[in-house]
Amino acid sequence: MPGKLKAKIVAGRHLPVMDRASDLTDAFVEVKFGNTTFKTDVCHKSLNPQWNSEWFKFEVDDEDLQDEPLQVTVLDHDTYSANDAIGKVYIDIDPLLCSEAASVISGWFPIYDTIHGIRGEINVLVKVELFNDLNRFRQSSCGVKFFCTTSIPRCYRAVMVHGFVEELVVNEDPEYQWIDRIRTPRASNEARQRLISLMSGELQRKIGLKVLEMGGNAVVGYLQCFDLEGESGLVVRAIGTACTLDKLSSGSAPNTNTHMHPNTAPASNACNSPSKDGKEPVFGEDLTSSSGPPTPFRALPTTSSSPPPFSPSKPCSRQSSSSDTDLSLTPKTGMGSGGSVGKEAGPLKTLLRQQTQTALEQREFPFFTLTSFPPGFLVHVGGVVSARSVKLLDRIHNPDEPETRDAWWEEIRQEIKSHAKALGCHAVVGYSESTSICEEVCILSASGTAAILNPRYMREGCLDIGITDHRFEEPSPPSCGFCHIPYDELNMPFPAQLTYCYLCRRQKVPDVLFTTIDLPPEAAVTGKGCLIQARLCRLKKKAQGEVNATAISNLLPFMEYELHTQLMNKLKLRSMNSLFGLHIQISVGENMLLGLASATGVYLTALPAPGGIQIAGKTPGELSNEHHILTIQKRINDTIAKNKELYQINPPELTEEVVGSPIPEPRQRSRLFRSHSESSDEVSELDLSHGKKDAFVLEIDDTDAVEDIHSLLTDAPTPTGFYSCNTEIMPGINNWTSGVQMFTSVRVFRLSNANLTNQGLNKIFTDLCENLLKSFYFKLRSMIPCCLCQLNFTVAVPEEELIQVTVTAVAMTFDKDQTQEKTADKPPTKGGSETEEQLQFPLELCADSSSANCQPTSKISGVPESTNVSSRAASVDYGSFADRCSTWLELLRLKAHTMRRGSVKTSRRTQSLAHSVSSLERCSPLPEGRSRSLRSSRSFGGSSVTVVKMTPLSFLPGTRIIKYLGIINMFFIRETTSLREEGGVSGFLHTFIAEVFSMVRAHVAALGGNAVVSYSMKECMLMENPNKNQAQCLINVSGDAVICVRETDQEPTPSTTNIGHTSASATDEAT
Amino acid sequence: MTMELDVFVGNTTIMDEEVYQLWLDGYTVNDAVKVRMDGGVMEECEASADVLLSDTMDQYRTFQMCERLLHSPSKLGNQLLFQIPPHRQAMLIERYYTFDDAFVREVLGKKLSKGTKKDLDDIGAKTGVTLKSCRRQFDNFKRVFKVVEELKGPLVENIRHHFLLSDKLARDYAAIVFFANNRFETGKRKLQYLTFQDFAFCAGQLISNWTVGAVGEPSVLFPSFVCYMDVDLDKEFLQELKELKVLITDKDLLDQHKSLVCTALRGKTKAFNEMETNFKNLSRGLVNIAAKLTNTKDVRDFFIDLVEKFIEPCRSDRWTAADIRLYLTHYNNSAHILDTFKHQVVWDRYMGVVKSCIFKMYHD
Repeated sequence: MPGKLKAKIVAGRHLPVMDRASDLTDAFVEVKFGNTTFKTDVCHKSLNPQWNSEWFKFEVDDEDLQDEPLQVTVLDHDTYSANDAIGKVYIDIDPLLCSEAASVISGWFPIYDTIHGIRGEINVLVKVELFNDLNRFRQSSCGVKFFCTTSIPRCYRAVMVHGFVEELVVNEDPEYQWIDRIRTPRASNEARQRLISLMSGELQRKIGLKVLEMGGNAVVGYLQCFDLEGESGLVVRAIGTACTLDKLSSGSAPNTNTHMHPNTAPASNACNSPSKDGKEPVFGEDLTSSSGPPTPFRALPTTSSSPPPFSPSKPCSRQSSSSDTDLSLTPKTGMGSGGSVGKEAGPLKTLLRQQTQTALEQREFPFFTLTSFPPGFLVHVGGVVSARSVKLLDRIHNPDEPETRDAWWEEIRQEIKSHAKALGCHAVVGYSESTSICEEVCILSASGTAAILNPRYMREGCLDIGITDHRFEEPSPPSCGFCHIPYDELNMPFPAQLTYCYLCRRQKVPDVLFTTIDLPPEAAVTGKGCLIQARLCRLKKKAQGEVNATAISNLLPFMEYELHTQLMNKLKLRSMNSLFGLHIQISVGENMLLGLASATGVYLTALPAPGGIQIAGKTPGELSNEHHILTIQKRINDTIAKNKELYQINPPELTEEVVGSPIPEPRQRSRLFRSHSESSDEVSELDLSHGKKDAFVLEIDDTDAVEDIHSLLTDAPTPTGFYSCNTEIMPGINNWTSGVQMFTSVRVFRLSNANLTNQGLNKIFTDLCENLLKSFYFKLRSMIPCCLCQLNFTVAVPEEELIQVTVTAVAMTFDKDQTQEKTADKPPTKGGSETEEQLQFPLELCADSSSANCQPTSKISGVPESTNVSSRAASVDYGSFADRCSTWLELLRLKAHTMRRGSVKTSRRTQSLAHSVSSLERCSPLPEGRSRSLRSSRSFGGSSVTVVKMTPLSFLPGTRIIKYLGIINMFFIRETTSLREEGGVSGFLHTFIAEVFSMVRAHVAALGGNAVVSYSMKECMLMENPNKNQAQCLINVSGDAVICVRETDQEPTPSTTNIGHTSASATDEAT
Repeated sequence: MTMELDVFVGNTTIMDEEVYQLWLDGYTVNDAVKVRMDGGVMEECEASADVLLSDTMDQYRTFQMCERLLHSPSKLGNQLLFQIPPHRQAMLIERYYTFDDAFVREVLGKKLSKGTKKDLDDIGAKTGVTLKSCRRQFDNFKRVFKVVEELKGPLVENIRHHFLLSDKLARDYAAIVFFANNRFETGKRKLQYLTFQDFAFCAGQLISNWTVGAVGEPSVLFPSFVCYMDVDLDKEFLQELKELKVLITDKDLLDQHKSLVCTALRGKTKAFNEMETNFKNLSRGLVNIAAKLTNTKDVRDFFIDLVEKFIEPCRSDRWTAADIRLYLTHYNNSAHILDTFKHQVVWDRYMGVVKSCIFKMYHD
């Protein structure tokens, strides 16, 4: 008997009137878990009943605890007829099964009815007593923590990242069972809600088992989706990244966090990482402070700091190609449903020196759902890889053997893997999967970013002392290292224009970089980023079955190509050179396909400046045409100039010669992989108007090009005071204030015109998206200056003539003045000298620089004592005048600035400077923290309901997450048969979304939390029938429930993220 | 763009105070959009009419959904559906219960019944308040009345506690409830010159001096232990008022009173002659009002009587406000010197209120 679940029903309030005669209600409660049901007494004639029940005890298997929700039903007692249901509450027990999460669930829950919505609230108390079960054949995986967050959760550190886990379960959809014809809509909805709740519980348990098998204790970046396949069934699938996490706090009161005391915390970090791993302490330390969670990796190899014997860039590609063959020899096992678990290293492999790599490549799928990484984890980024396939759905015959669905995904993942290999990469990061279903056709999509990872965090076997793969001893600075090409220059997978990195000048970088991950916090960025979207509609003939599927799959490559071209044009129009968080969604409807690509454009300092856009006419002779072209060209040039100003992109003019691609393919347009994989390049063409920069030529000889130009120029710029991005953090903004507003917006557009053209459709779709953005800016105008982050657009074609766009995002305020101050008082002389110094060694050899790199390392780790002493003295100094808010940031900027210098150069003077500044940095949080806590203490307002903040990001500005309470994964159905009375579809959906928010908040509050991070709305499926006055909507939301506290005298979490930017901007100024 | 569906929901409910006011004022969505466009909000953020329409619709829906909660404001504080910061909640409630003086003036003292509700469109037409807004205001009056009617304890406190209103607004509602409960006549032509605030002030005076609750000094620590009603006038007191009749029925007393008052007033005002000649008339008027207050019908006519019997004669004699003050002060005080007049306490309780009511009501 591994567990005892106890529940107590305390009271109800605001119940609906169930008895018209008395205007009161005789309420009682049924508590059900598994097949056991308890009842409370009837509380007669009250709308605010006090039951104060005994503890209802359920003795259950932990397997059931994981799968089943606790079901609380509130009913109205009726002596003569059947009792009427008021509503239900489903409580997920999972957070109670993990010792580190919540210990009790207690609070007011909205009582929810699928027909009437929220009807009053009920106060419930739930506890679980778990008994240890040492049975190794157990089916449960209690204790494995789940996180939706796609980075290592703050307040944890990753001891090891095991890799990809996936699972799917299938069932018949109750809505399509024969019994649905005779039961009430309420019963049908409830059956569906319950089934999905059960299935996601089961899925989570199964994934947990896989994680345990791999030796992990957590799943990060857990992404669960539903495929409502209609007749053919219901699929719940999930992917995630298995990790071994260590909580940073030990659990005791004051000293819980390693970085609790600002004086000792960074110092201890410094001791943790560089002293054990003597390799990259300067980087290491810089990074631990610059990325969100300080993650001093215990498992770093303790190798000597001797420089690698050869240049890292060339062997890199050579090794990867050799490992390719190696990979193909690897016997693949574990196919089918449970098969993608990483395997132990084969004995043969250990012979080889590449065993670091085997850690990844022995894995069937070296995929990571993470989008941001511990410092040093990401070595190189190749580009976006994606794969899609069109499938015809058939009935799932045996739910226990979901082989077909598994095989489908298997196929796609293999394809992704081979694309990554083609890019010279051994891993895929920022990986995600999605589907779009219309009738019996289903498009499966997967995408990610091909990358080379530092394998030290992968597998214990690879961490043997003395064995290191030198290619990972990355000497290039973290601000540009990830941009360097991972593939072989002589054997490029696609034509690309390569140049030497504009930052380190040692390795090659592509001209454009597309990725699905977040911008690494340490990356050097010029100016600010912005949201870039490509939108596309394509008509398709209505068809059935095979014919339909073929038609769709024939259209797909063209759509991908066009979306890609649009993105590229828009990127150039904004004078940027890279995309982060790229997400391409292709949605299928009966008579059209919708494509929406969203990403955040950034100017990476390491990459060359983008060329302009050149308009060329096909018939140059015609005068009127010529004139037309000139006007367009002028408009485009003006827009580019305006955008440069808007996003503050003023990269330094470098007189470097462009090292061209060794493959001369000047006129070829970007080639698409057969399987529609995205590549990181787009071919640059003739060197035209923009000086020496290559320009992107648009020929307006066909309607397509005209359309392109129009879509380019119709994108309205964001109004002043607003910024937008679809990534976690906005490049160039780092001083967030505490204003946070998460929102969901849904629009459905009915196409009235029966015979629309592709062009007309495109216009409608573009306007739809643009207007949505405009309306956000308007609604949130009171928050200016503010940035919309993690703008997540989802498109769907719910019916033949409907286009649905769903957006979830968060608006965050930031301090504008601080930005200005920071950019203003930057010491320009230092920047200048920095550039000069750097230009002296533009092509410095890697071996040299890496040895240079090691010197300050040993220096610092050699004198930890003195560092501490000096830091303390310095803290007093700084404390005396550090009451200004910006001091800390200024300091950090200064520090980051100098650190970079220290890390690249060999001069003694620079080193010592870096040293002293870094020691100052260690103590500076103290005065700053104090002032912050003073400010925060006054602004707490008293309210009887806990305020629960929600954000799609992994952090809340101005706060620090002290505890993760468990995953929130909720599925609701709402139906109405009185649509008009509820205010039409808008009224219906508005109420429903508000209800979903409130239920999420209530569950979080009951767990003791005050915020949801990494919140997302996975599904918002609306079906309406206005003629029958009916509508139905399904919503699935997920996130991580957390407790966060205002930044007090402890190291502020969000501002640690800031540091990355600060360092980046400092570098910008410097170069 | 014809949008089939268009919603925007924030985790913290977004509400624009300007739109809220338009909604409260009963503007339709389209009219509200027009008003906002004229207000120049579009230039502020480069918005288009579409954006404004969509925003207005969203806000209107939100307000409609909130309205149910605003009917019992204490629920707004612990409901879970909308996350609204406390100061915004207070704003929502306060504004929802705020009324137009022009409107309330029309229904003041009327029975808050279906019958009156039927006349709302007339009142709306007359006052320029939209019918929707009239309904809201009327329903607010009715709702507050219904809740407070049966409650014990101080009226203003009860209203403030149950409806979470500001002190000022709670006092206004107390006046409305008090007037509705006692059905004071306020609609006569002669009373038209009086504003709602005049009446509200008088109601405050009556509530704090002439009701049952006014007698016992409620303990500061345990106000709830004192059981009294604030909505009804103190019946005993009204009975006792009959005793004041002696001031006009007893010829000696009347003359004595007059001579005392005249002695005190002589030389202090230009209107002395008028005061002297009118003394008996005025005194009879005031004392008769007091004596008749046992009749519910006469209670209703309290204000019209004050105007007819006192204010109008004075006004026709062109007394200034200072004259009134002077006269009434001495009129009140002199009664204390009358040795045969034994009802000093009742007299003060009566005159205190009448005095301040007349002061308030004596204007153009």
